[in-house]
Amino acid sequence: MAGLGNGKETKMKRYREIVGDGGSAVLAQVQEQRARVESRLARVRHVVAVASGKGGVGKSVVVANLAASLTQQGRRVGVLDGDLNGPAIARMLGVGHQTLRVERDHAAPAIGPLGIKVVSMALLLPRDDTPVIWEAPTQDDAYVWRGTMEASAAREFLADVEWGELDYLFIDLPPGAERLPHLAGLLAGRVRGAVVTIPSQVSRMIVAKAVVLARTAGIDMFGEVENMAGYVCPRCGAVGDLFPGDDAEAAATSLGLPSLGTIPFDPRIALCADRGDPFIAVYPDTAAAEAFAAVASRLDALLEACG
Amino acid sequence: MKFLCVRCDEPMAFEKAEGPEEGSLAVTFACARCGARFALLTNPWETQLVRTLGVRIGGRRVPPEPMELVRGTLVQQRDPEPAPADVRAAAPVWTAEASQRLERVPEFVRPMARQAIERYATEQGYREITVRVVDEARARYMP
Ligand SMILES: Nc1ncnc2c1ncn2[C@@H]1O[C@H](COP(=O)(O)OP(=O)(O)O)[C@@H](O)[C@H]1O
Ligand SMILES: [Mg+2]
Ligand SMILES: [Zn+2]
Repeated sequence: MAGLGNGKETKMKRYREIVGDGGSAVLAQVQEQRARVESRLARVRHVVAVASGKGGVGKSVVVANLAASLTQQGRRVGVLDGDLNGPAIARMLGVGHQTLRVERDHAAPAIGPLGIKVVSMALLLPRDDTPVIWEAPTQDDAYVWRGTMEASAAREFLADVEWGELDYLFIDLPPGAERLPHLAGLLAGRVRGAVVTIPSQVSRMIVAKAVVLARTAGIDMFGEVENMAGYVCPRCGAVGDLFPGDDAEAAATSLGLPSLGTIPFDPRIALCADRGDPFIAVYPDTAAAEAFAAVASRLDALLEACG
Repeated sequence: MKFLCVRCDEPMAFEKAEGPEEGSLAVTFACARCGARFALLTNPWETQLVRTLGVRIGGRRVPPEPMELVRGTLVQQRDPEPAPADVRAAAPVWTAEASQRLERVPEFVRPMARQAIERYATEQGYREITVRVVDEARARYMP
């Protein structure tokens, strides 16, 4: 359009010279959404986002069992399932059959067997095998909206769910780190992060990306949990290597994160998760239950120290 | 987005937003100096973008309902918890004509529109939702 630039048109006002938006009020509504997120979380002491590099490393299982351990240690805990497409937490915490209660001015979390509050997409879907499909101009376009809709849905959960007084709100993120910058934008300064890995080089390599991205987004990453570190023999209780040649402390240090501890592989963890039973309550005297409790204590001590 | 009346070099003011109707919003702006008016007509993608942000162009009269966006956009969902019996007994009744009118609203916003109209009727103390009540609610929520 350079050719059209006569003296008259170059004097035309530019975007930044116009104060306000003429009454469209879009920006004001976006700010209002942020303010609502902030006020909903005002009575939550620690917001902890839990990330992983790849899927299937046991992130959801770790979140569910840490939530249970902290509850047993007298903390009030809520879990927001941030994995919209692969919601697992509701089932693991025994609230899979409950429906999200929407009241006049808020949505109320489901409450699980131990009193843990849970909000998940699973509480909205009719069946376990129902995929998440969003309205779109045509279903061919649906995938284009996925990212935006997922971000908006996460924001809406944070803005509308009334958690009440909580010591911990865990956010179980989907695999990968894509959601972290958005979360950081919404929860500026309110959210800290932890990662779950398994003792394999590939898992570590991918989780390192999540850690770097989270830090770039300004999230304080405070610890790493190593899951499936060793195998508990169900007969004798001895712990053997599952992935050979591993050193969790050294690995966590290489990510620049304090190690919060390791959790062994124990088939009963998976069994309980599938049934929605709290493993640490059903099998309190196992090495794995003790490991969860130890990780919970360390996390609690670390976060209480930062206030 | 801001609109400028090029003739007057004056920012234009938002006048009203209508729709979405058949996937399109009609947003009217006017120049306070020369009176020029024009309408921005969105295509389905632009309409969806506005909706996905959870905002209404021109602002909202009433705050958003909790989980309005997810519940209004998720294609397959669980039936909501049944309302307590006393609330349902007090809910206003739709006349056939008014129901037909509601059928003209695009399906994905229909539950939201239904709720808004019922809420309006309840607030006004109407026991029955007629076409007139629908028009009144429309004028109130989407002027
Ligand atoms: N320490 C463990 N011992 C036994 N099974 C585990 C353990 N950690 C995770 N699992 C099982 O592995 C599978 C994947 O775990 P999940 O928490 O869903 O992974 P993610 O959330 O990282 O995708 C689940 O079936 C879970 O029960
Ligand atoms: Mg998971
Ligand atoms: Zn003008």
